[in-house]
Amino acid sequence: MFGSTQLNRRNHSVQKLVSILFGVVTCLLVVPVLTIMTVLVYKGGPNISFEFLFSAPTNGMTAGGIFPALLGTIWLVVVALILSVPLGVATAVYLSEYASDTWLTRLINLAIINLAGVPSIVHALFGLGAFVIFAGFGTSILAASLTLGIMTLPVVIVATRESLQAVPPEFRMACWGMGATRWQTIRKVVLPNAMSGILTGVILEVSRTAGETAPIMFTGAAFFLPFLPQGILDQTMAMSLHLFVVSTQVPGVPETLPYSVALVLVSMVLIMNAASIVLRAYVRGQKKW
Amino acid sequence: MVDPSIEILVQDLTVRYDNDIALRIDNLEIRKNEIFGIIGPAGSGKTSFLNAINRMDEFNDSMNVQGSINFGGLEVSRVKNVYALRKKIGVVFPLPVGLPLSIYENVALSPRLSGIKDKIKLDEVVERCLIRAALWEEVKDRLHQLGSLLSGGQQQRLTIARALSQEPKLLLLDEFSIAVDPVTTMRIEDVLKELKEEMTVVLVTNLVQQVRRLSERTAFFLNGELVEVGKTEDFFTGTVEDQRTRDYVEGHFG
Amino acid sequence: MNSDKQVLVCQDMDVRDSAWYWDKFFQILMLVSGVSAIFLIISIFFFITKEGFSFFFEPFSFREFFLSSVWRPTSLSNPSYGILALVIGTASVTGFAMLLAVPFSLCAAIFISEFASVRIREVLKVLVELLAAIPSVVWGFIGLSIMNPLIIDLFDVPVGLGILNSGIILGLMAAPIMTTIAEDALKAVPDHYREAAEALGATKWQVTFRVVLPAAKNGLVAAILLGIGRGFGETMAVLMTSGHSINLPTSPFDSVRAITATIAAELGETAVGSDHYRALFTLGILLFLVTFVINLIADIVVKGNKRH
Repeated sequence: MFGSTQLNRRNHSVQKLVSILFGVVTCLLVVPVLTIMTVLVYKGGPNISFEFLFSAPTNGMTAGGIFPALLGTIWLVVVALILSVPLGVATAVYLSEYASDTWLTRLINLAIINLAGVPSIVHALFGLGAFVIFAGFGTSILAASLTLGIMTLPVVIVATRESLQAVPPEFRMACWGMGATRWQTIRKVVLPNAMSGILTGVILEVSRTAGETAPIMFTGAAFFLPFLPQGILDQTMAMSLHLFVVSTQVPGVPETLPYSVALVLVSMVLIMNAASIVLRAYVRGQKKW
Repeated sequence: MVDPSIEILVQDLTVRYDNDIALRIDNLEIRKNEIFGIIGPAGSGKTSFLNAINRMDEFNDSMNVQGSINFGGLEVSRVKNVYALRKKIGVVFPLPVGLPLSIYENVALSPRLSGIKDKIKLDEVVERCLIRAALWEEVKDRLHQLGSLLSGGQQQRLTIARALSQEPKLLLLDEFSIAVDPVTTMRIEDVLKELKEEMTVVLVTNLVQQVRRLSERTAFFLNGELVEVGKTEDFFTGTVEDQRTRDYVEGHFG
Repeated sequence: MNSDKQVLVCQDMDVRDSAWYWDKFFQILMLVSGVSAIFLIISIFFFITKEGFSFFFEPFSFREFFLSSVWRPTSLSNPSYGILALVIGTASVTGFAMLLAVPFSLCAAIFISEFASVRIREVLKVLVELLAAIPSVVWGFIGLSIMNPLIIDLFDVPVGLGILNSGIILGLMAAPIMTTIAEDALKAVPDHYREAAEALGATKWQVTFRVVLPAAKNGLVAAILLGIGRGFGETMAVLMTSGHSINLPTSPFDSVRAITATIAAELGETAVGSDHYRALFTLGILLFLVTFVINLIADIVVKGNKRH
């Protein structure tokens, strides 16, 4: 069925060829990251300075710094986290520790998958209809963060659920056998040992939230705001939107400016992803059982 | 009113998994302050029996328990606070479990959950239980280390220490020696002999010689049926009611 | 004395303490949280339908909506809402992207899962993950600033924004996700399948092609479906790279408009409640339904695999 020994030698060289081919193809997938970073650093790097990061744009957005946009992104991310992390962790705890295999559980899982799959612009429409208009928050950090939080909820849920399920069932059995309640078991044994996984999920959520543009375009982010936001009902600037507008809609922009903005944004995102990868590797190395 | 010298009274018990009957007991008494042995080949319903006593069937959707198990004067299936029930019953599973907490916290867990916060009291409980579980000498200088990283034999003794910290009335052991070295097994057996002064012990085991060493009365389960209950010595002298009991004890099947 | 002891034991077990009540409380709290996901997805559908549904009753006919390629909502004299060109725009860009990404992703997944050493595998997985993390708007910018001049130079065309540009960028965006899911599907094939084949004398690539791939085919199909879903729903990157005019395309260098990009580009200029506004929300409903169906199918396909 699989060939006799006569063909072995030929098979082996074909095998080598195939391996190399696959390797090349894989690298092609991977070369883009490196190329992009190189171009961004080359063209946008020189512009970056302390001043760039911490001062406001001037001259109709064609010069100056990006501080308001940076601050705005941080605002949006923090509020989105506050809103979505507790809900995401609680949902994951429910799925991992309480739910049994019923139609309700399957429905919840389906909902989470779909929540993750809904296009970002549809989230934007939802945010507009639900938070800006219906709830009356107007275009604000609150509306935008709610939209972002809902959009990135699945990230926290999945990461938390995986880390909870990584805790072996024997530990729970031992606790229940002692007369501990489900909640006591979760609180004392399961959750503390899943913390690093949860943190990974949070970092990933931050990374995704910081880069999103469409959901915030109509719900709270604006391009040119004269003042910094004072509270969550104010509008704000944001890095992602800033990049979009500066590269498509502002005339007379010096060539390097959008590259610098892109570089800062990508760096933020990549650093956070790298942090989550490192955290995951660290956790895997730390044997607790 | 149940006879006060009886710890557990089982009547008309049926345990099912998804409609397949796994265990059927018409009548069984376990007396206070005895070590009660249960022997029988794998799949006879021994573990199901233990799970029915402390209501661990709650965590298995396919498991269904019907009938009466009377413990402490109350019907086990109708107790209002199942956690209080389980607190009175210590369990030792076949797989040794050290919780991923410090050794100290492993043993302090049950008292803490019961509301005890006083450090001095907790220290005392931890030391007492670890001594009684024959583990103190080995760990007294490293109580802060993770219980889950101890050896199998140590984890099993840690489990016993945890069980003792509950101050249980009943201790259930399900084939505790399977994953544990012979030296530890001996040490735990010594511990059990002392414990029966203050609690009742139900010892499920696949080591027939173990019941000979430890229990006065033994039950023989076979294929989900309680074949017979009697004095352990009788089983070994051949004075049994059922031929199957003698065959199992003599090793004709296993 | 004995019966006194008995009475004490009884009372304990029949009394519900605070731990009991806290446990019930958290059980309910967790259940509510769990159900919230369902509530949210329904809300999303509800709100976009609320804002868009009335569109179906007024200046609208099914025929015109789906079959006309004339999308001119801002025309003063005769606004029209034919989405055919938009649908073809989305389809052509996504299709092109898949054409590029699917072979690459599958090959990469096969390499990472079956051929790469542990070291290389770890490095590649990290790189794939980083690739997946790059935000949509940055990809759009890359398309504008790097791809655009590149295409103009290489192919000698006046404008480098269009299907080709979007297709490549979208392909690069969808590839990492498809690679990851495909690799998971391949890894899920039990080792004893491979061991059995190797014991019969098969070479690595024979094992891969004759045994592993067929076994993982459901997961691979799901990966492709999810990649399509991703490509379909992408907004910013497509908006920035597919060009500015709405056409029925005749060449890969033509400019097209995708459904997602249309919403993003035009929503800001509509008045709440106007026909145009509602038409855009209706596009949103369409997007929601299509991605819902794709996800549903992918889920069923994967479940089908698990029944083995």
